[in-house]
Amino acid sequence: MAKPLATIVSAGVTRFGTRHGVYARELFAEAAQEAFDKCPNLSPRKHIDGLFVGQMSECYEHQAHSAPMIADWAGLLPAPAYRSEAACASSGVAMRLGIFAIQSGMHDIVLVGGVEKMTNRPTAIVTEYLGMASDFPFEQWHGITFPGIFGMMATAHMAKYGTTEEQLAKVAVKNHENGMLNPKAQLQKKITVGDVLSSRPVAWPLKLYDCSLISDGASCLVLTNPKLAKKFTDTPVHIVGSGQAQDTLGLFERDDVASMNVTTLAARDAFKMAKVDVKRIDLAEVHDCFTIAEIMAYEALGFCKQGKGGRLIDEGVTNLGGRIPVNTSGGLKAKGHPVGATGTAQACEIYLQLTGQAGKRQVKGAEVGLTQNIGGSASTAVVQIYRRGD
Amino acid sequence: MALNPSPTIESFYKFCAEKKLMGVKCAKCKRITVPPRVACPQCGNARLSWIELPSRGRLVTYTVIHVPPAQFQTLAPYAIGIVEFAKGTRLPGMIRNVKFENLRIGMELQTDFETTIPTEWPQWPRYFFKEP
Repeated sequence: MAKPLATIVSAGVTRFGTRHGVYARELFAEAAQEAFDKCPNLSPRKHIDGLFVGQMSECYEHQAHSAPMIADWAGLLPAPAYRSEAACASSGVAMRLGIFAIQSGMHDIVLVGGVEKMTNRPTAIVTEYLGMASDFPFEQWHGITFPGIFGMMATAHMAKYGTTEEQLAKVAVKNHENGMLNPKAQLQKKITVGDVLSSRPVAWPLKLYDCSLISDGASCLVLTNPKLAKKFTDTPVHIVGSGQAQDTLGLFERDDVASMNVTTLAARDAFKMAKVDVKRIDLAEVHDCFTIAEIMAYEALGFCKQGKGGRLIDEGVTNLGGRIPVNTSGGLKAKGHPVGATGTAQACEIYLQLTGQAGKRQVKGAEVGLTQNIGGSASTAVVQIYRRGD
Repeated sequence: MALNPSPTIESFYKFCAEKKLMGVKCAKCKRITVPPRVACPQCGNARLSWIELPSRGRLVTYTVIHVPPAQFQTLAPYAIGIVEFAKGTRLPGMIRNVKFENLRIGMELQTDFETTIPTEWPQWPRYFFKEP
């Protein structure tokens, strides 16, 4: 396996959900405090020399220029702070920027993370704000929503590969079961395939329980130059591969709407960099913004052949206890999806798993993990590979 | 010579006001591109000419939106889909006057245009799809 690009020495994540009266800067400070508390050798203001934070939208809090504000609330002034925006992949991208910063030699220890405060707005407005990450002239202007975009992917996938609504439902059932083992997950509720199938339609064939949640939350990781990691922890987690790729903003401009080529490309780069094969992956957090997206992620990441994602969920391969547990955190579906926080929240889960801190949802002996974070209709995909340190 | 009108999204929607769905055709590789761009996305050639898209295309995929954004509340539920007019030449839009249960991938749809011009920015007249 390849040399580490950067090393995670601590991580923090807030409880996800409806956090009345708590705003983005305060949510981020909460996540940062947890990461700092878990790392007693770290003096944040002294050691952390940069902040990379993902946040999708200024709209929810009418607040732009959030990087200095978040740096201030996290106690990191005057360290340079950068905000990245890549819709739901905002903090996946922020994490890569942190890796670049360390790889460049200009930074030694950085905080990477993400935040979103969403529940202070009604659903129709949130739908509109999220929709801003789709193509304005041809998607938004014609009333196309994000559930609509993934609904069109699902329709195409079902027609081409015979994927069923029951198979989509099984993704939600699995992720809800996992979420019940995560005290920070937004939903702590067991559901059945029947519950999913009978939930109200959002964008056919997607129903309410096929959709991820509207959430408030923040997450962060302390990344160091791999050489410095031992100063701060006995249980480092190394990032050994990182890939990112882009596709058209509009779904309609792609030749194939039943596959997620951009994830395949990002994964190819990450696997090549990590010098590992997909068979080495012990567990993964994938971007289940909608149940169909998890099925398409299985295929694009090479967990199964193209078109066989439905069968993979049928066979229980991705269940906790299966060959490749996926979304042990509960995923976006049950843990919650504060969009800017999602990419680094996925990394936090892998960090907890690889350091044996995942409690009731611990995957025993996990050594190598993967995250897949997408933005918009998968116009951005970020795939990262992690290895437990010695 | 520069294309007139220029190959912009604004020009595309001005043509919609004349009830025309227009793309640009590459002089070199013959690909028809919509929305128009300054150069062919397939071969990079910038010698393009305007061409009217066929009035009918085939449905690539679709969904029925039950939870719309705020400004589409009164229309829900409504069908949307992606229609292909020629290989690689696709547009998404609303599908009107087709029963949801009759929607099928591959079905033929025809382009039509709304007669009222929206008052909100950017005031682009909308096209939509219907059964021929």
